[in-house]
Amino acid sequence: MEWIRQRLDKIKQPFAKGEKYEKFAPAINALDTFLFTPNHTTQKGSHIRDAVDLKRIMITVVLALVPALIFGMWNTGYQYLVQLDEPFTFWDAIGHGALKILPMIVVSYAVGLGIEFAFAVFRGHEVNEGYLVTGLLIPMIMPVGIPLWMVALSVVFAVLIGKEAFGGTGMNILNPALTARAFAFFAYPTYMSGNQVWVSNAWEVDGVSGETILGTLAAGNDVQYSAMNMFSGVIPGSIAETSTLCILIGALLLVIAKVGSWRIMLSAFIGAAVMGLIFNALPAMGLEGNELTNFPWYLHLIVGGLAFGIVFMATDPVSGSQTLKGKWIYGFLIGFLSIMIRVFNPAYPEGVMLGILLMNVFAPTIDHYVIQSNIKRRKKRVNTTNAQVETAV
Amino acid sequence: MSKDIRIKRGLSLKLEGEAEKELAEAPRSKTYAIKPPDFHTVVPKMVVKEGAKLLAGDEIFFSKYTGEVRFTSPVSGTLKEIKRGAKRMIMEVIIEADPEDTYKDFGKMDASASSPEAIRERLLESGCGAFINQRPYDIIADPKDSPKSIFVSAVTTAPLAPEAGFVLKDKVAAFQEGINALRKLTKGQVHLCVDDSSAKVLEGIQGVELHHVTGPHPAGNVGVQIHNIDPLNMGDRVWTVAAEDLTIIGNVFLTGKFMADRTVAITGSEAKNRKYYKSKIGGNVTDLIGEQTDAVRIISGNVLTGQKLSNHQYIGFFDNEVTLIPEGNNYRMFGWLPFTYNNIHSNSRTSLSWMFPNKKFRPTTNLNGEERALVVTGEMEEVMPMDIFPMQLIKACLAGNIEKMENLGIYEVAPEDFALVEYVNTSKIEIQEVIRLGLDLMITEVG
Repeated sequence: MEWIRQRLDKIKQPFAKGEKYEKFAPAINALDTFLFTPNHTTQKGSHIRDAVDLKRIMITVVLALVPALIFGMWNTGYQYLVQLDEPFTFWDAIGHGALKILPMIVVSYAVGLGIEFAFAVFRGHEVNEGYLVTGLLIPMIMPVGIPLWMVALSVVFAVLIGKEAFGGTGMNILNPALTARAFAFFAYPTYMSGNQVWVSNAWEVDGVSGETILGTLAAGNDVQYSAMNMFSGVIPGSIAETSTLCILIGALLLVIAKVGSWRIMLSAFIGAAVMGLIFNALPAMGLEGNELTNFPWYLHLIVGGLAFGIVFMATDPVSGSQTLKGKWIYGFLIGFLSIMIRVFNPAYPEGVMLGILLMNVFAPTIDHYVIQSNIKRRKKRVNTTNAQVETAV
Repeated sequence: MSKDIRIKRGLSLKLEGEAEKELAEAPRSKTYAIKPPDFHTVVPKMVVKEGAKLLAGDEIFFSKYTGEVRFTSPVSGTLKEIKRGAKRMIMEVIIEADPEDTYKDFGKMDASASSPEAIRERLLESGCGAFINQRPYDIIADPKDSPKSIFVSAVTTAPLAPEAGFVLKDKVAAFQEGINALRKLTKGQVHLCVDDSSAKVLEGIQGVELHHVTGPHPAGNVGVQIHNIDPLNMGDRVWTVAAEDLTIIGNVFLTGKFMADRTVAITGSEAKNRKYYKSKIGGNVTDLIGEQTDAVRIISGNVLTGQKLSNHQYIGFFDNEVTLIPEGNNYRMFGWLPFTYNNIHSNSRTSLSWMFPNKKFRPTTNLNGEERALVVTGEMEEVMPMDIFPMQLIKACLAGNIEKMENLGIYEVAPEDFALVEYVNTSKIEIQEVIRLGLDLMITEVG
């Protein structure tokens, strides 16, 4: 370790202040701090600091994503191989999935981090760690059939327009990963929906039935999967969104580590359940529903990207609500709206993406009203004390 | 309304190196110093020159813009040096102490039988005005104000802080006389907050509204107590006096002498003789703890709000503890991996330190990361027991938005109230400094 440290210090010499490559210091610092937590000490204020830093937070989220990612790899292979009518092993499936998904992850990180590093050098600040999570999320919410250049273009859009245009990490209004998906969704709709994109190499297989459950329902057909399949995730869908089980494992880690807000997660699931129940109650109220409204509310919670969106995207602290009360409202509305969009607009079966993006836009408004109530309380206190003084006089 | 306060949100850090409950006589320093930067916003105007002979209680300088507040010598001796810093700002006034103190005699005075004007005059001439702090802004009080109430906190919650009950146990008479004096200065109440240890000692104190405070740090911060008992509104003034400083005030009335006695606790994992020491304000730190190497951080005050000192510098005017902790200027490989390095405390659960609630930690001064944009939400609220939105207030201070700061409660906070927020902050921003600058802006804009 000592030896690595010395080598690193030597490599860093030309990047020091006043040296030749001073401008590129943020780039080399980012690599250095990835290996070593730096030796910076406190100078003002509190002399001791918590062990947590942004890297730890982000890596914890990445760890929480791993179960869903591994399952996604297996499921990608499974969905493809099962259509071939040939025997295959667990490792065949993982291998096939990894070959499809790893290039997407590499492209996403290479393009995204490239832009982040460039901006850090250009603006002269350190590289923020936010993209470690975003860069993994983006491939995980794409259909497996999407071409790599579309992934790259979506990343460019998300990082430039979604994040850096607003001032970088911590300032963005929309969740960057969902911005990437929304971009791909509206720019290349044929690659993002339909029944050809959810299974890899679908064109090789005749008569492939690779439609998502929501797609099937929207078309007015019956679903062929059991609730257990939907929960464990052996269904077609975006790469890592299918397994509610693996997502819940990740959610557990986020909640225990206090990295993700349990308030948002819980209230979002409640919101989705309430909306689902309302739709389920339509026949009882004398209205005829359709396949989507009659789909049981508890199944709504485990199909599509709802669980993934709620656990990993709605809880994004930057684009979400920042006040504790606001988080309850924000989460509830995400769940509520996601199911509503899903049911009312079959052209966008993935309501959760639009639900979260919409609430991202409204999160500052929610916070504004929560804070306003605090301000009103404070002003009221002034008025009551003034009134007391007047009566006393 | 209940008079007792229970604080729920907060964090009591358990650290290695508590001082033993044993009172020892501190060796008398050769030199003592009063440091004008300890008195925020005060511009000192010297009244004595280098070489002047001083009695304990003789005026050294006064505040240029609020002339009544005078600052007096804690010991008798010769004024050795006036140390100046950038722009000729006076940094230290160093006094070479006589072996034995001779006091200036102000004359005895019965506080409860005196007029408010006489008490005010006595406090100012003896230099006790320096002990009276004002909220909002956390600066020395303007004697012309009449505060709506006065707060004295005898609650110890800060990490490794000296226990108020132990410090005050032989000084109850002076404490009572100090309270008698304070009562004359306000039309409202004098609020005395106690915890379990100080309640035993101070239960019999007359003329105060007694509040029993329980809960984690920052329950002992007087700002939190004001917020819960008699919250500050715009334009209000509340005065605060530290518990031991009140006994100095009391002694001025009882004996007519300015006896600047200060019990200083030596604490921290790197300290050797961890005890309570009887000493005087402004002592030389090296006389108390010996010469320290570069591997040790000397802090005048506690680890959350104290001042960094070097060898041979002087303990701060208001500080009643010296903390020694290891410097943390070392690299940690893969320090960002969650659930590793669990010997470093974390309020977040990305370290497994939360599984050992009774473990005493030995923190270093390492920043454990680098400064970043504010990303994580919710962590600050966990350690902020006031009805205030910490992150929004910090952002308003950074932006210098006066109306917003006012609305979000800038008048109710002091930098020390944000010490824990700064500690838990993932983005490693110097939040106490941000709040201090915000308060300074309010002083110049609103006053």
